[in-house]
Amino acid sequence: MKRFGLKKQLLLMVTMIFAFILTACGNAARLEGEGGDEGETEELAPEDITIGLSVSTLNNPFFGQLEKGVVETAEEQGSTVQTVDAQDDTATQINDIDDLIQQDVDILLINPVDSDSIVPAVESANDANIPVITLDRSSSDGEVITLIASDNVEGGEMAAKYIVDSVGEDANVVQIEGVPGASATNERGEGFNNVAEDQLNVLESQSGNFNRSEGLDVMENLLQSHSDIDAVFSQNDEMALGAIEALESAGLDDDVMVIGFDGNDDAIQSVEDGDLDGTVAQQPYDMGELGVEAVYDHFSGETVEEEISSPLELVTAEDED
Amino acid sequence: MKDTAENKTKKELKRSEFYRKLGPLLALIVLIILVTVMNPSFITPTNLLNLLRQASVNALIAFGMTFVIITGGIDLSVGSILALSGALTAGLIAEGLPPIVGIIGGLFFGGIMGLFNGFLVTKGRVAPFIATLATMTIYRGLTLIYTGGNPITGFGGGYLFQFVGRGYLFGIPFPVIIMFLAFALLYCLLHKMTFGRKTLSVGGNEDASFIAGIKTDRIKMAVYSISGVLSAVAGLILASRLNSAQPTAGTTYELDAIAAVVIGGTSLSGGKGRLFGTFVGALIMGTLNNGLNLLGVSSFYQQVVQGIVIIIAVLIDRKGN
Repeated sequence: MKRFGLKKQLLLMVTMIFAFILTACGNAARLEGEGGDEGETEELAPEDITIGLSVSTLNNPFFGQLEKGVVETAEEQGSTVQTVDAQDDTATQINDIDDLIQQDVDILLINPVDSDSIVPAVESANDANIPVITLDRSSSDGEVITLIASDNVEGGEMAAKYIVDSVGEDANVVQIEGVPGASATNERGEGFNNVAEDQLNVLESQSGNFNRSEGLDVMENLLQSHSDIDAVFSQNDEMALGAIEALESAGLDDDVMVIGFDGNDDAIQSVEDGDLDGTVAQQPYDMGELGVEAVYDHFSGETVEEEISSPLELVTAEDED
Repeated sequence: MKDTAENKTKKELKRSEFYRKLGPLLALIVLIILVTVMNPSFITPTNLLNLLRQASVNALIAFGMTFVIITGGIDLSVGSILALSGALTAGLIAEGLPPIVGIIGGLFFGGIMGLFNGFLVTKGRVAPFIATLATMTIYRGLTLIYTGGNPITGFGGGYLFQFVGRGYLFGIPFPVIIMFLAFALLYCLLHKMTFGRKTLSVGGNEDASFIAGIKTDRIKMAVYSISGVLSAVAGLILASRLNSAQPTAGTTYELDAIAAVVIGGTSLSGGKGRLFGTFVGALIMGTLNNGLNLLGVSSFYQQVVQGIVIIIAVLIDRKGN
């Protein structure tokens, strides 16, 4: 019993010290992202620029292309690129960006995993006076020079219109959504719904997390609950390709139209093979290239627009003939 | 000398102890020297603090995991507990409750989730691997239900909540201070108090411990609860640092924690273990992440390197035995 008393005392002491530190030393405490002053943009030649590139995941060919676009464009001009891969984990990404800030990169190109949780990282960069450009997805807060992204809303509309044109009005469609909360998910969904609300009959929308195998699972489940699906809009190609697998095993691949989004190599190949009916093709390589061009514009003192639209193109079997 | 043989075995024992105790620390020092030589910006104070902050989440989870593994168990649910308690904290604060209530609530629920694991293992006689595998998916599912699959953002939480993950005290990131305090407390608990001796005894020989009058079930429930609370602390830090509670936060963190424990020389068969080793193990993992990022090594190679380090740690441990 005496031992127990000792333990309690120890715990109490530690707690008290802890509380003391917290309260008494308030002025020694500060928050990350507090303070920081505005620095003048210094002009830099391409060969003097080190670009820190944080990619959401290199496991997805789309972001692989984006990275290639950045690296090749930059290295052609003699700049250095340092790439980090967040593997789709928000916490990893802000740690990665901290590491890049430590490295004193001149500018950060960030392709956020999530628009909200990237904010502290963008703010840290702001504090360190390192300019930030976001690629493909935005940051909800903090100072960003520009966002380079495809107009996802427009892309969603393109997909829905294509379905209306090919299958007809009031066709039964299902939507496979991306990672919940990601801006691409929200915007592609918004664009799709803009058209679909009036002209299509949306049976169901479910998330496949932008992932091929989850796309397959979701499609299998949707086929269980709906026998009258005319078309599928998948918010990225990976899930669309998964959905096609499910349709093939159900013997429905010729009856159900599938439209993907992104236009990655696998998807374009699939369109050529006649499996995928279409994809709203983004040009990730171009997006990377545009990012680097914005970097050079920034460092040569030119004004950079707040948003730069990366081109979109609907690739369908008809075009490929 | 008739006792030379005995002396020899004693010497061998000493050497094995040396390996076990100092092996990980030596590895860490070698690693730090190596990275510093290749990139001197590694050893700057800001980067080291940065590294410690990055390691703090993994270290906290690994501390709890050490207790569980010492009893011969394993806790696969830590990443899910992290996510669910983070979401519950955010949710409570979003409901308008004072941040302190949200924080205490999150920790409390983390403890309850851990206790439930312990309950399944002891009263339900479910193997720890299976029990926590099941609760891993249950807690993750509950997180997705509670959040609706979307990150909880913009709940505010005020200065106190932000301070947990993003605060600095005397120039030291607050998560690092939490990590050191937790280490000090848990070190006393494991190595200086009867509770620790009982924990080691339960892992060494459960039946003998039971016969010796140790309430083995109670010890086990306690260690799973400790693991739950520490995962919740990690969840709070992440949620605060990311300014949002992510439903997918902490995925695969159980593996990082187990790796840190194993690298630190704690045997997976239970009965033996050192918290200091785990601490060093977590720092080795953190140094690898941070150092390889600074060296610009691709994340694909980083994963291979991490795996190799785990294997080397186990091989050294074998040699020590």
